[in-house]
Amino acid sequence: MKSLRHLTFAAGTLALFGLPAGALPAGALPPWAQDLAVRAERLHTSAGAPIQDGVVLVRGGKIVAVGPAGTVQIPAGLRVLRAAVATPGLVDAHTVVGLTGYLNQPTDQDQLDRSAPMQPELRALDAYNARERLVEWVRGFGVTTLHTGHGPGALIAGQTMVVKTRGETVEEAVLVPRAALACTLGPTTHPGGDKSPGTTGKELALLRDKLLKAKAYRDKRAAGGDKAPERDLGLETLADALDGKLPLMITAQRHVDIANALRLRAEFGFTLWLDGAAEAYTMIEPLKQAAVPVIVHPAMQRPEGEAENLSMENAGLLRAAGLTIALQTGFEAYVPKTRVLLYEAAVHARYGLGAEAALAACTIDAARLLGLGQRLGSLEVGKDGDLALYDGDPFEYTTHCVATVIDGVVVFEGRR
Amino acid sequence: MLRTVAVCSWFLALSLAARAQGGMFDKPAGARSPGTHQGALAFVGARLLPVSGAPIDDGVLLVRDGRIAAIGPRATTPIPAGTPTRAVAGKVIIPGLVDTHSHVGGGWGADGSAPIQGETRQLDALDARDEGFQRAQAGGITTINVMSGSGHLMSGQTLYVKNRDANTVEQLCYRWPDGTPMGGMKMANGTNSQRDPPFPGTRGKSAALVREHFVKALEYQRKLDAAGADAAKRPDRDLAMEAMLEVLSGQRIVQHHTHRHDDVLTVLRLQKEFGFRVVLHHVSEAAKVADEIAASGVASSLIMIDAPGGKIEAADYDARGALELVSRGALVAIHTDDWITDSRLFLRAGALAIRNGLGEDAALAALTLHGARMLDLQDRVGSLEVGKDADFVLLSGAPFSVWTQVLETWSGGEQVFDREKPADRLYAVGGWGAGRPRSQAVCCMLGEEHGATPRAQEDR
Repeated sequence: MKSLRHLTFAAGTLALFGLPAGALPAGALPPWAQDLAVRAERLHTSAGAPIQDGVVLVRGGKIVAVGPAGTVQIPAGLRVLRAAVATPGLVDAHTVVGLTGYLNQPTDQDQLDRSAPMQPELRALDAYNARERLVEWVRGFGVTTLHTGHGPGALIAGQTMVVKTRGETVEEAVLVPRAALACTLGPTTHPGGDKSPGTTGKELALLRDKLLKAKAYRDKRAAGGDKAPERDLGLETLADALDGKLPLMITAQRHVDIANALRLRAEFGFTLWLDGAAEAYTMIEPLKQAAVPVIVHPAMQRPEGEAENLSMENAGLLRAAGLTIALQTGFEAYVPKTRVLLYEAAVHARYGLGAEAALAACTIDAARLLGLGQRLGSLEVGKDGDLALYDGDPFEYTTHCVATVIDGVVVFEGRR
Repeated sequence: MLRTVAVCSWFLALSLAARAQGGMFDKPAGARSPGTHQGALAFVGARLLPVSGAPIDDGVLLVRDGRIAAIGPRATTPIPAGTPTRAVAGKVIIPGLVDTHSHVGGGWGADGSAPIQGETRQLDALDARDEGFQRAQAGGITTINVMSGSGHLMSGQTLYVKNRDANTVEQLCYRWPDGTPMGGMKMANGTNSQRDPPFPGTRGKSAALVREHFVKALEYQRKLDAAGADAAKRPDRDLAMEAMLEVLSGQRIVQHHTHRHDDVLTVLRLQKEFGFRVVLHHVSEAAKVADEIAASGVASSLIMIDAPGGKIEAADYDARGALELVSRGALVAIHTDDWITDSRLFLRAGALAIRNGLGEDAALAALTLHGARMLDLQDRVGSLEVGKDADFVLLSGAPFSVWTQVLETWSGGEQVFDREKPADRLYAVGGWGAGRPRSQAVCCMLGEEHGATPRAQEDR
């Protein structure tokens, strides 16, 4: 295992960083990948009806067979994990775990730098602690993939990335080094005093101005010549957003902030992921017209402040209206320092979303939203061997997660 | 003694007056029932989980005049002729939940001027119309110990609240026999109460300040005793000391925030030295000192949170604390610490304890009767027993399933939550307007005429 780790570091660094988001070279296997079989009394694949007494066969980290036990030949000598229920590994569509640490001291809170309201140049990659206890914690609840990075609280807080909850370095963990740009609208972005932004109008004025600057920067850089501006990491990042290469994930809870996010997108044409969206259930028509996916706030997020009108039924209402949704754990400032995706999905399920849709929203739908739907989020041949195993109904309060598997490797085993 | 008798008869008079005002079913059309608790009502066919005894399938729960008049199997529990009945087969009824530690109502007692302010009262700080009480009703909570925060060694007198729709804080109070509102004394150690002077900067200083305060109270007591009946020799009245006398006498239970194993032991050490009654609250590291806690005979009220950390003293939070304590015979309750956890999902906290090894019976007791014991209210609430307050929760199914919902909550014989009613449902699931207190026009304009005030006065 030790030697594997070194191998991993080298391979990860060399192989992943030069590649576009989410891609391994065709046919390449991560060096840590293993072979494994999982047999569950009930197998939820997120790709069709549940399979009674189902088997998933993983070879070299990839799923090579899925089906009823009678139809899948398990090679002799292969380790078989058994459980009452198995699902795809859970995909948290938005968290800050790894940048935020469990001790909640200034030294382990790297999700937000407040020195300026807009800092698109901040990379999640440089701030993620793969050994953070909260990563280990959520891994024990079946979470295999995190969309994590800079947090809410600044107009442009910084970049996000996608990792698997494995590895001891960010290089071992990362899937997509730069996934989105985390932006926030609403009163939480106001630093107070005489500092900007101090009003909702100022928020949008600052953002529009910055995006216009990025447009000019991009055009002048493209024109080249003596007048081409010097490289600017922030504007360069925003230029990618304007070119559709980098989504803006905008956290907006109130209807006015949601409307502002849609207006900004209409003006500049970037890809928008709406995040939080406590009052989205009052904005269904405009959201449908804009065809914007919503990463819905945690079901148990406190209904207070700008989220005072939050409804635990929001996710179910949005999905019933035909919107694309995914589930998340978001950001917590105090206790508990993180929410648990499995727990949140359970409450969403109970409050209108239903078990099947809730599972989809924290597996395949989240993976698709993140652009990883071909690789993750369901138990299908060719996909990563990422699974979560349970001793009962996954969403039942008293059920335990008994194992978590990433790329065929058992990364958690126990009773959590 | 004279005073007690006088106050009691005053209450009796009021309560008789309240009873003359009309029955449970004659509320005005469209109005929420604020204080109507009269008459009798039988719930028939549910599975009853009394906590004080074995489960009863196909049971009868008979409520009369705000109290439980009868409970038992349908076959052996007669329902008086003419009693209105509710058919609730397939449902489950549990006692109203008791939350031993909550911050609903938003009351702050102590301010930032000093670390010890036992003279401040939650009574003077609480907002009785806060929507938090509505959410707690939606979660099945009928009794709440509302406290100040933990940023002080002693942050003031807590208030034991009967959770109902109230206009004023007086309508919410449980009361001691002399008529004064019941409550505990909130204390804390560990990191929350360590700040710049005059607050302590270390654990040693924290304990020293507390010891000093208790010693001062003993001195005050000694002077009072020495003065005897001679008013001239008595020390001047001192609000902080008077509260401490209630602590020293055992009337006012110390409700003590403490997380880390060594902080827990410090509380036990101080308790042994001064003999006050105390409940340990939160107790993140209970599992580490379960033997010591059990041996002390001190009760613990635990929090169930979704992840460890959030602050240094909860870094080693271990959800198995409840199991470790109960298996050693220690008394265990569970609380919301609302807003840390959500009152609407209080049953979920019990389920998380079960997830971490606690038995279902112990978990239900931890949400009801055991909490009541920690508030000296066990003779009145916490279980379904004849003579106790008609505080109960109608559930759609087994208490600890995610798929179960609180359908109705009854507090002192009044229905305070009904999921079928849009106004109640709003507080249960959230939505537009859920962040605001309930409409006063609906809840309270009619309240005076329909018993809200007299009913509260009746609570002794």
